[in-house]
Amino acid sequence: MKPAAGEEKDPMARTERSPRYSLSHLKTLEAEAIFIIREVAAELERPALMFSGGKDSIVMLELARRAFAPARIPFPVLHIDTGHNFDEVLEHRDREVKRLGLTLVVGSVQEAIDRGVVREEPNGSRNRIQTAVLLETAEKHGFTALLGGARRDEEKARAKERVFSFRDEFGQWDPKSQRPEVWGLYNTRVHVGESIRVFPISNWTELDIWSYIEQENIEVPSLYYSRRRPVFRRNGMLFAVHRFCQPRPSEEVFEADVRYRTMGDATLTAAVTSDAATPAQVREEVAGTRLTERGATRGDDQVSEAAMEDRKKEGYF
Amino acid sequence: MDLLRLATAGSVDDGKSTLIGRMLYDSKSIFTDQLEAIERTSRDRGDDYTDLALLTDGLRAEREQGITIDVAYRYFATPKRKFIVADTPGHIQYTRNMVTGASTADVGIVLADARKGLIEQSRRHAFLVSLLQVPHLVLAVNKMDLVDWSEEVYESIRAEFVEFASKLQISDLTVIPMSALKGDNVVERSANMPWYQGAPLLHHLENVHIASDRNLVDVRFPVQYVIRPHQNRNQDYRGYAGQVAGGVLKAGDEVVVLPSGLGTRIAGIETADGPVEEAFAPMSVVLRLEDDLDVSRGDMICRPNNRPSVSQDIDAMVCWMGDSPLVPGQKLAIKHTTRTARTLVKELQYELNINTLHRNLEAVDLRLNEIGRVRLRTTSPLMADEYRRNRATGGFVLIDEATNATVGAGMIVGAE
Repeated sequence: MKPAAGEEKDPMARTERSPRYSLSHLKTLEAEAIFIIREVAAELERPALMFSGGKDSIVMLELARRAFAPARIPFPVLHIDTGHNFDEVLEHRDREVKRLGLTLVVGSVQEAIDRGVVREEPNGSRNRIQTAVLLETAEKHGFTALLGGARRDEEKARAKERVFSFRDEFGQWDPKSQRPEVWGLYNTRVHVGESIRVFPISNWTELDIWSYIEQENIEVPSLYYSRRRPVFRRNGMLFAVHRFCQPRPSEEVFEADVRYRTMGDATLTAAVTSDAATPAQVREEVAGTRLTERGATRGDDQVSEAAMEDRKKEGYF
Repeated sequence: MDLLRLATAGSVDDGKSTLIGRMLYDSKSIFTDQLEAIERTSRDRGDDYTDLALLTDGLRAEREQGITIDVAYRYFATPKRKFIVADTPGHIQYTRNMVTGASTADVGIVLADARKGLIEQSRRHAFLVSLLQVPHLVLAVNKMDLVDWSEEVYESIRAEFVEFASKLQISDLTVIPMSALKGDNVVERSANMPWYQGAPLLHHLENVHIASDRNLVDVRFPVQYVIRPHQNRNQDYRGYAGQVAGGVLKAGDEVVVLPSGLGTRIAGIETADGPVEEAFAPMSVVLRLEDDLDVSRGDMICRPNNRPSVSQDIDAMVCWMGDSPLVPGQKLAIKHTTRTARTLVKELQYELNINTLHRNLEAVDLRLNEIGRVRLRTTSPLMADEYRRNRATGGFVLIDEATNATVGAGMIVGAE
């Protein structure tokens, strides 16, 4: 415990004030996320990385690549296919899986509907029913830990969720019995039947994600960038016309410069008016925005203030 | 732009939530739809004003009962810094949440109500900030509007606190008079308190020097994960992945691997962006070593003439977080850096009253939220530093092997 001869008594005494030994906030967040991902690989038996093709999961995949380079990511990628995906998102997913030499496991919501395991919701959203498919697929493949790209700035219930979030055998989250996470010491132990969700980018904001995409030159689907697209107005939001999203006879179609802020269920995810066509422009736009991304684009999160808390308790990501 | 981690503790009465709400609001980090949601809730409850505390109370039970029960994390940024706020409840039954929030904080904010002066809770919070070795402490003397912006009131609270703080290990203390409700000295300088010469809170947070808080002297690299590609083009590659816990590592440096004590040199420091010349905390990197040694997760790489203690006997201050008490003779799992072992609680030396700092030598157990000094004997040696020298290699958690719960947070005082 004593400092060796010749060493400074005060550990801070020789510290330089030069910026040489300071790390930018993005590199600090990156280092933290990489540490968490490696901790999962080191301590948990069968992890999988949830990959939706959205920007957060694309950043997650990139962080996982960085955590294990030059080796491959030592766990498979899991996608819950709602059947309501943007085509470009699926293409992006398949390209990434191939480039990184990963195993892809797909759980199909459509198939679960066909089998009668889940039933379509009246509003057509598959966000909620995908939870059951996620739990079933994870169980079938024996995944005990699922890495996800949820961020605490997304929503109030998430702000109180731990990085390592425990779920009982029904996949339920109990906000009142969470483990304290002190320093970077994560307790990863689970009982048989329990599982863990791990959120390495908990401390990132939407702005951090875009700053990182810009800084590290990460490719995301072009739907995230503004283009002139045919759109129509519904519930005060703009929806672009595509395979899963058709206007009703009363809804007038017009052209507008729009982009997507999130990639949810394609039938319900709205676009936002935007001129941002590059990562730097999106970053600037996000820095100045006055609406949360869910508030702006997700029809299904507006139901009640506790919507996310309720869904998480049911096992939602 | 760098990152500053902030911990605040306090109850709604102190105006803590108002203070955080004010910082988020004035730094334009509150979104319109969030504001509308809390305005609606405030209106529905019949409040006279929009309760900014609702921004930080995320769980249904918290909103219904108007209390904070858990650590909430908030994010905001100014052009100078990104801030992560660990917002924790202040009552004594939430000490474990405060310890959690403070464990990684660069700055701790303790609130005092100018009308009440220093109360037990302010002292307890300051003590926890010092126990957890949060490098910078701010005493926010809040609600100055309710004491007519009185310099005299502020000065007496300041003097009393400085006197109290001198008994604690606090290296940097700043006292700021403010009104979170009115916005005085939070983001904008107060026109009501021209006698205060210091900076408003946000200005202080943007400029407090934190880069030198990290230990850049003692090289500590806990091995987290061994990377072996099993690919033809990287057949012989073996890298040791981890997050630097202290010091500056350089390619070519002579190092030893503990606990084996075998020596070698750093052949290279790798990241996914390519090799780097140097690595320092908190970088996550991969080290390649010149010699083919047996190195695995839980080992510690350091310099030959600057080593942590390698010991199975640990003296520590422990904050107990378990529902059933800690008692001597108990066996637990211990996680320290990337190493997990089992441990026996040999002795409870005393329980420390965190309000009076009185040491209770008669204590027979340590209950939920109590702090005490214990002696542990571990099944395998830990590479231990004193917590006050390095938070990353001086802290540990205790895990109940039956319930898998994290039941304690420990700070190493000594190891031999």
